[in-house]
Amino acid sequence: MNFWSDPINSVYESWLLAFTGWGLDATLSQVIIYILGILILITFAMVIDILLVWVERKVVARFQGRLGPNRIGPFGLFQPIPDVIKLIIKEDTTPANADKFVYNLAPVLSLASVLFLWAVVPLAVNIFGVDLNIALLYMIATGAFGTLSIIMAGWSSNNKYALLGAYRQVASMISFEIPMVVSLLIPAIITGTLSMKTITEYQVNNFWFFLVSPLGALLFLIAAIAELGRSPFDLNEGESEIVSGYHIEYSGMKFGLFYAGEMLHAFTFGGLLAVLFFGGWHGPFSSEFPLLGVLYFVAKAMFGYWIIMWIKYTVPRIRIDHMLLFNWKFLTPLAFALLIVTALVHPLLKDQPQWIYILGMFLSNLLLGWVTIEILRGRSAKERAAVEPVAAVGHH
Amino acid sequence: MEPTQIIFLVTAIMMLSSAVMVVSSRHLVHAALWLIVTLFGAAVLFALLEATFIAVIQVVVYIGAIAIMFIFAVMLTRRELRDSADPWNKGWPVALALTAVVAVTLGSFLLKWDGLLKTSQPMAEGYDSVASLGTALISPDAFVLPFEVASVLLLAALLGSVYVAMNKK
Repeated sequence: MNFWSDPINSVYESWLLAFTGWGLDATLSQVIIYILGILILITFAMVIDILLVWVERKVVARFQGRLGPNRIGPFGLFQPIPDVIKLIIKEDTTPANADKFVYNLAPVLSLASVLFLWAVVPLAVNIFGVDLNIALLYMIATGAFGTLSIIMAGWSSNNKYALLGAYRQVASMISFEIPMVVSLLIPAIITGTLSMKTITEYQVNNFWFFLVSPLGALLFLIAAIAELGRSPFDLNEGESEIVSGYHIEYSGMKFGLFYAGEMLHAFTFGGLLAVLFFGGWHGPFSSEFPLLGVLYFVAKAMFGYWIIMWIKYTVPRIRIDHMLLFNWKFLTPLAFALLIVTALVHPLLKDQPQWIYILGMFLSNLLLGWVTIEILRGRSAKERAAVEPVAAVGHH
Repeated sequence: MEPTQIIFLVTAIMMLSSAVMVVSSRHLVHAALWLIVTLFGAAVLFALLEATFIAVIQVVVYIGAIAIMFIFAVMLTRRELRDSADPWNKGWPVALALTAVVAVTLGSFLLKWDGLLKTSQPMAEGYDSVASLGTALISPDAFVLPFEVASVLLLAALLGSVYVAMNKK
């Protein structure tokens, strides 16, 4: 088997041959190779994560008109290494009345909940952890672990700011999970499957779902930012109100795990946006050379991550009541309307030629977006008239 | 011994010991955390049986929901999260006797049952359990009526909660 056309299987077979050659049992060596595979995947994600620290600092510097890290290595590229050393040698503090076991478990679970996601993400045509037939639901399930870790951190720190952060996280989790799940259903309706591998393959063979459901991609992005707890939805951290919330008491590498988890989570959601709406690993020659597909995937994920950073460093934090209203009165109804429109238009057009299908779906999204904006315009005009009667009279 | 059997045994021991911890832990939040471990073990067992959909739903519903229960436990009880009462009451010999009878009965049935030592058959290649479940839920000769009745019930509960919470002016 050729390494360049099927890297995972060729490595797997050569290792299996080597292990059984050393006298190991075939089943045992299979298990060992699987564990090694998991370690390699996690290492890949964590190495990207170290790089992300530099990317994030450099990009935020550009957004704020600064230079960012530029002393160590070319363009400050080696800056994360002293950062990590600093985190490791920092004093490890624990509050006096903290619940020690839960307090120490929370950062580990926080990072683990992100690493779980990488099990189902297809990195290339034949490079993926596992092809689950319920990958989209699995994604939601790992989010439950992330929330749990934040609550554990918030509660066990024995600090009221930390607990407030955890309360806010639960409020946003319950709310934004709904538009997130509904926007995930749109690729599921079009392909008829919940498997990320099949969804990507469908996009490779037909068209990127961004073309047929731009509104769905936007809804997913907004819900993902809320799930990440990044600005404008960073109420669970809110450094100006509750002094960075749930991880207020953490120092050293425990804080580092939260930080790394948050960074990798944002990158992973960029990757999921790519998988669901931008064709995943699809690109020129990606089917023939899977390693090239990995490169395309990472590039698309970086683009998604960049959009998330762009929004984070541009808009201010919104108030909690505004956040809940935004979700329940705007995002959720819009997501359900989009789901109904997609479920009606898709079966109507799916037997037509492809360009008619894409155009029809795109126009239906556009129409829905336009109607939404018109409704919002009408409501906001009414609200303004109620608040500023003088201005409204002058306008008429 | 196969790897799946080892996983099963580890999961079973983990589930049983954490279930004991749920009822014996004096701290409310610790009990909730042990409950999460137990229910996660159930999800692992479902995954071992290749019932992936049920396994993931187990995690979404129980771990996601228990996280919320956790928060409510903290919010509603504030300081007194620790149960200081004596866990033994006068009825413990009766409870022990009843439990022993049930355990012996179940154990004797299990020993007679020939399925106890069987390993599960692998699912047929290409069998999509999620698609079959979805089709069964909406096909008229399967479960469409119970499914719709449950949906209506949930909708009624939703409307009821909105009515209760509504600010009547």
